[in-house]
Amino acid sequence: MIDLIWLIPLLPLIGFLVNGLGRNVLPKSLVGVVGCGVVLISFLLSCGVFSTIYTLRQAGESATFTQPVFDWIGAGSAQVSLSFLVDPLSAAMLLIVTGIGFLIHVYSIGYMQHDAGFAKFFAYLNLFIFFMLLLVLGSNYIVMFIGWEGVGLCSYLLIGFWFKNSSYASAAKKAFVMNRIGDLGFLIAVFAIFATFGTFEFAGIFPQAANMTMGDTTLLLITLLLFVAATGKSAQIPLFTWLPDAMAGPTPVSALIHAATMVTAGIYMIARSNILFTLSPITLQIVAAIGICTALLAAAIAVTQNDIKKVLAYSTVSQLGYMFLGLGVGAFTGAFFHVITHAFFKALLFLGAGSVIHAMSDEQDMRNMGGLKKHLPVTYLTMLIGTVAIAGIPPLSGFFSKDEILAHAFAHSKVLWVLGFMGALFTAFYMFRMLFLTFFGQFRGTSAQASHLHESPPTMTVPLVVLAVLAALGGFLNVPAALGGQHALANFLAPVFAESVEKVGEAHLEHSTEYVLMGISALAAIVMAVVAYRQYVSKAVVPVADDVPRSGLSRLSYRKFYVDELYDTLIVRPLNALSVFFYRKVDRGGIDGVVNGLGSATGKSGKGIRLLQSGNVGFYIFMMVIAVVALLAYGVFNG
Amino acid sequence: METIVQEIQGVPLNHYILFCSLIFTIGVIGVLIRRNVIIIMMSIELMLNSVNLLLTAFSAHSGDPSGQVFVFFIMALAAAEVAVGLAIIVMVYRNTRSVDINALNRLRG
Repeated sequence: MIDLIWLIPLLPLIGFLVNGLGRNVLPKSLVGVVGCGVVLISFLLSCGVFSTIYTLRQAGESATFTQPVFDWIGAGSAQVSLSFLVDPLSAAMLLIVTGIGFLIHVYSIGYMQHDAGFAKFFAYLNLFIFFMLLLVLGSNYIVMFIGWEGVGLCSYLLIGFWFKNSSYASAAKKAFVMNRIGDLGFLIAVFAIFATFGTFEFAGIFPQAANMTMGDTTLLLITLLLFVAATGKSAQIPLFTWLPDAMAGPTPVSALIHAATMVTAGIYMIARSNILFTLSPITLQIVAAIGICTALLAAAIAVTQNDIKKVLAYSTVSQLGYMFLGLGVGAFTGAFFHVITHAFFKALLFLGAGSVIHAMSDEQDMRNMGGLKKHLPVTYLTMLIGTVAIAGIPPLSGFFSKDEILAHAFAHSKVLWVLGFMGALFTAFYMFRMLFLTFFGQFRGTSAQASHLHESPPTMTVPLVVLAVLAALGGFLNVPAALGGQHALANFLAPVFAESVEKVGEAHLEHSTEYVLMGISALAAIVMAVVAYRQYVSKAVVPVADDVPRSGLSRLSYRKFYVDELYDTLIVRPLNALSVFFYRKVDRGGIDGVVNGLGSATGKSGKGIRLLQSGNVGFYIFMMVIAVVALLAYGVFNG
Repeated sequence: METIVQEIQGVPLNHYILFCSLIFTIGVIGVLIRRNVIIIMMSIELMLNSVNLLLTAFSAHSGDPSGQVFVFFIMALAAAEVAVGLAIIVMVYRNTRSVDINALNRLRG
């Protein structure tokens, strides 16, 4: 089974080529079949690979394979091969990417049915799956970087899918530029890694790194640069503002790229390089601090947003913050566990939101929704499950993964736990606020929208149901020992994090402490749900219109803490001013001035000197004689 | 041959230099002040020949024949130059009915 690993990324590439080249020829039905089919086959192959790895893990082996495909670049000591690494981490990630990818492809058939760019959309989605699989499967940093760049490109293409709307197009550009800043960090990190270890292969780097001392400066530099890359791709402070704007893309894209898979690439990359990070405690502290700050900030913003997709986008940023918090406190398994459960419930929530938007004739403002429970029963039920899962109410998946991260945070530092707990409060509140505003109360839209309300077609609801089941049960992948579980996922992933665990040991909490922590957070989530219920269902409060002045914190949150404005003032405008300065003064004044000056000086001097050419031959000869005499005199006196 | 060389060597080199300089100067002045193109051509010939004479004198005095070989080249060149120059003058005369150098100001910039 492992031998067929190269087929997994190849199939979506073929799908991309078929749909991309035949986009004007193929009928829609065929495009859908090709687009979904290739991902389905990849998924089935991934299942095979996963089961192989799983069997080996059960037998107690480390189950790590490197599958070379071909040598790609050879220049001196720098050897880069396209080769795939299959181990528990990448096998699990394969399942997420192809599995959720497949569901979202199926959903897209329904969602994009009436779009003129149907085939183009599927081509881009397949291309994205291809690059994501490269990123996940690459056995060295170069292949990972190719995937890293590729998913960024697809993200750009899909955010700007409706590029005729200029604000969507600029959202795409924003995402691309912000990712580029992070990518620069990745690139420099890769160079630094090569300079230090002399290879790009994970299998060559990590054993060498494991022998280095704790707190090595080179490792610190490398990990900081890698973390910069992760902040770009995974939307952390300071590079998070692109993700909410990325909601300009079609909703399946938001679900697939900007919630379930691509944005978790940063976490995957850090989990993959865990030994480098474990040996740089300073970086880990920075990761944890940035993670918790992002989680809180984004959650605080999400509380007042009225666009259903914006709420989910900030929620994604916030959950990604939790994952980084998990990485920062050394809970690599916990962070990856949260990646998995988050992929389930956030893809579900986005697809549910897509279903709502579809039913509401492209309305995204929750103030114009309400009472949709009757009209969209399947969507409502599945989104309810997603909301309960993300809010962290047991026994749904979000409870287990978030609690594992919070438990590790507690063992690491009480302050981090308190902050994380506050973030969880916000999360429960804004998610239930979204649910209640959308599905409860009276319908607040126009009568045209009301007459058009309908449940989505089965291609859209079936993925929702599947994801709802996964979101409900995903938590049982890794039930902690305190609840009588086996830590199944942790055991499965153990070989990947073995070195790190060996270096720092595992954090242990008393079971009683864990019970208390779980109890507090579960209770708090339920309390926040009740608070949201009282506010938005019992009192039927509807958020005020945009032009009503707000005060204090609500205004800050509604205006997204003015981060965009801050960046605009601090970076964009000075940069623009600098560009204008360079354009006007240096380019037009300086460089153009020199070039044009040379031209006009030649012209003007020509005009003056022309008068010497009188046409009088006698004069010419006279000048010649004078010149000869002068030359002679010079020769005589200086010779 | 030897006798000619001895004859030339009989006159001191200074005299040759002075004489040739004089003829050369006459040629230069002729070129500068005369307006008739034919006379200017003649003045140029005068300059060339003064140089030829000087070359011969130096050649004889230093016992090196290459100076005289050079003279032959200059004479061949001068003949060619005169042929071309006279042809130009004939054409100029046919067009302008004049050989006055001041009439040839058509190349004015």
